[in-house]
Amino acid sequence: METEVTNQENWTLVIRPQRAWWDLRLGELWRYRDLVWLFVWRDFVAYYKQTILGPLWYLIQPILTTLVFTVIFGNIAKLSTDGLPPFLFYLAGNTVWTYFSTCLTSTSNTFVSNSSMFGKVYFPRLSVPISIVISNIISFGIRFGLFILFLTYFIAQGSEVRPNAWAFLLPVLLLIMAGIGLGLGIIISSLTTKYRDLQQLVGFGVQLLMYGAPVIYPLSSVESKWRWIFLANPMTPVIELFRYGFMGVSSLSPMYIFYSIAWMFVVLLIGVLVFNHVESTFMDTV
Amino acid sequence: MKDIVVQIENLSKSYRLGAIGTGTFYGDVKRWWAKRLGQPDPYAKVGVMDHQNRSGETIWALRNIDLSIRRGEVMGIIGRNGAGKSTLLKILSKVTAPTTGNVKIKGHIASLLEVGTGFHPELTGRENIYLNGAIMGMRRSEVSRKFDEIVSFSEVEKFIDTPVKRYSSGMYVRLAFAVAAHLEPDILVVDEVLAVGDISFQKKCLGKMSDISKEGRTVLYVSHQMATILSLTQSCILMQQGQIVKMGDTSEVVSEYMNGVSEKKGYFGKRDLSSYPRSRNLPRNIDFVEIRLEDDAGDTKGVFVEKENIKVVVKMLVRKPSRYFSIGMDVSTFEGVRVFSIIKPKVEVELREGVYEVSAQFAPSYLRPGKYSINISVQSSILQDEVNDAVVFEVKHAAESVDDQFWMSDNRGVTRFDYEWNELRLSDQ
Repeated sequence: METEVTNQENWTLVIRPQRAWWDLRLGELWRYRDLVWLFVWRDFVAYYKQTILGPLWYLIQPILTTLVFTVIFGNIAKLSTDGLPPFLFYLAGNTVWTYFSTCLTSTSNTFVSNSSMFGKVYFPRLSVPISIVISNIISFGIRFGLFILFLTYFIAQGSEVRPNAWAFLLPVLLLIMAGIGLGLGIIISSLTTKYRDLQQLVGFGVQLLMYGAPVIYPLSSVESKWRWIFLANPMTPVIELFRYGFMGVSSLSPMYIFYSIAWMFVVLLIGVLVFNHVESTFMDTV
Repeated sequence: MKDIVVQIENLSKSYRLGAIGTGTFYGDVKRWWAKRLGQPDPYAKVGVMDHQNRSGETIWALRNIDLSIRRGEVMGIIGRNGAGKSTLLKILSKVTAPTTGNVKIKGHIASLLEVGTGFHPELTGRENIYLNGAIMGMRRSEVSRKFDEIVSFSEVEKFIDTPVKRYSSGMYVRLAFAVAAHLEPDILVVDEVLAVGDISFQKKCLGKMSDISKEGRTVLYVSHQMATILSLTQSCILMQQGQIVKMGDTSEVVSEYMNGVSEKKGYFGKRDLSSYPRSRNLPRNIDFVEIRLEDDAGDTKGVFVEKENIKVVVKMLVRKPSRYFSIGMDVSTFEGVRVFSIIKPKVEVELREGVYEVSAQFAPSYLRPGKYSINISVQSSILQDEVNDAVVFEVKHAAESVDDQFWMSDNRGVTRFDYEWNELRLSDQ
């Protein structure tokens, strides 16, 4: 009996009490890549099957928000828009910001909203938030198409808008937003396994973060003593660079983008570590 | 001797009572502050005294489990609710991590704790097959290869492009099991999922599971249905309070369990239910406190003979006023076959806090001699409490009964009833 046991040390899997912090099992995630795509596809299909207007919702929401912003901040409060047409200015800010905020809020309840599935079968849990971030790109694409449409219209009308080569950095900007949104989202989601009320904080926090980013006003109109708050916000360079690339106006050097990239790496690393740590036992506390 | 594919070493899992937090940061701070001031815990549940006292105490759901399973073995896991069966399966499925010890596995392991995990109601049968397959670890190409086989096994060919929200529950379960049945893992861990679906499909599932084992795959199967355990598994473990109390040949372990359910536990005829484990989390605003069986004379007992009436008396504690009340119970044989159910339909009442008693009577003359257990449940507008195997009783038939020997045999069906033969006479034709 004893000898039999000792002969077979080539186990495929060993389940242990706690995995090491650094044991991220990213290889396993890669093996489940089909699942990530199926989740993306499920979200997409399920969304369209449930709504009558389908993708139209993605257009109605940004147009309405932008109109409200234009009336309130542009016409009533008369905030500066760096000389850009107010409608286009707000639409740009809204397009970028919405992607980031949906990534953050929808990944932040990963554990709680999937607990019934997580409680019954094992698969790399990270596949869920990753798929959310990817499927949000689809809705971003629709909003972005709308933005390009208006951009072309305004250029045709002879507005002072000059798209330039920096616009090609869009994939990088998307990656940064996805990374930061995902990282923060999974950190929050790991904490909400113990404290549900953090969930309330997310919606509120995202709103605060928006006012601390140049979404409804350009960085140039911010008083210099408050400027540091905006510069500390990793989303500031992303939004400014987006406006710069597509409309040619920004008061921030494009080099600030490296600050956002650094943020992305740090937040992602912390997020994945924390998520990984919580993953193995969260079913006992959720 | 075949090699060992699952090796469980000194496996334990503990949960800390009272230390699980209140669920919100605000709640935890409030509890901590009350503790500092020496006030009672504001989140302690009223009436749950034992829980309060055991705050911080560790409950061992599993304790020092050692087990090795060989290739091709089909092993049953039996035990009462709360014995640790599900916890063991959850650890094997990697849903939760053990507290100490480890499990070594050789080969691909798949678990089926629930059928249809991750099914999306808006997606069609076809789409859900891919999704569910991927959730259980299949590659897309693998699902494509087995797709036709899965569909034909599920018998829902005609509706494969219909959203599953339009499926009947039977179709849903068939499709879900079909995906799981085609996983082809080396080791399959199955919780009691076959209790759903109609009889013919259940038979098909059991057939599939025995095929799986004949292909040299290893199966671990948890069930309360002793009949399926007996027909499906060769070896079996019996769990009790987080430990393996018996291991070996299935028929031996099952009979030990069935005897244990009655005598050893000593709840023949009467049982205190206040601290008895429930199979799942329930609100328990109406909480079972005690169940006892009485004969016509009002004596509590657990063995009844044919002519006596059995009176089931249930005592419950109402913690919150309720406007509706309904209670049900069912009687099952020890093999898990339900013989009959009785309910008191939902009525509108003004139920205040307090202890209530309700009773029902039935005649055991319709029961074959043997041992039976009673499950009880109570509802207000929703299910409040439920206890499986709440009490156990035995039916013996009067010695003078002519057909007693006949009924003693195991394969005479689950019930008996009064009947009369007409005279034997010569037929004209």
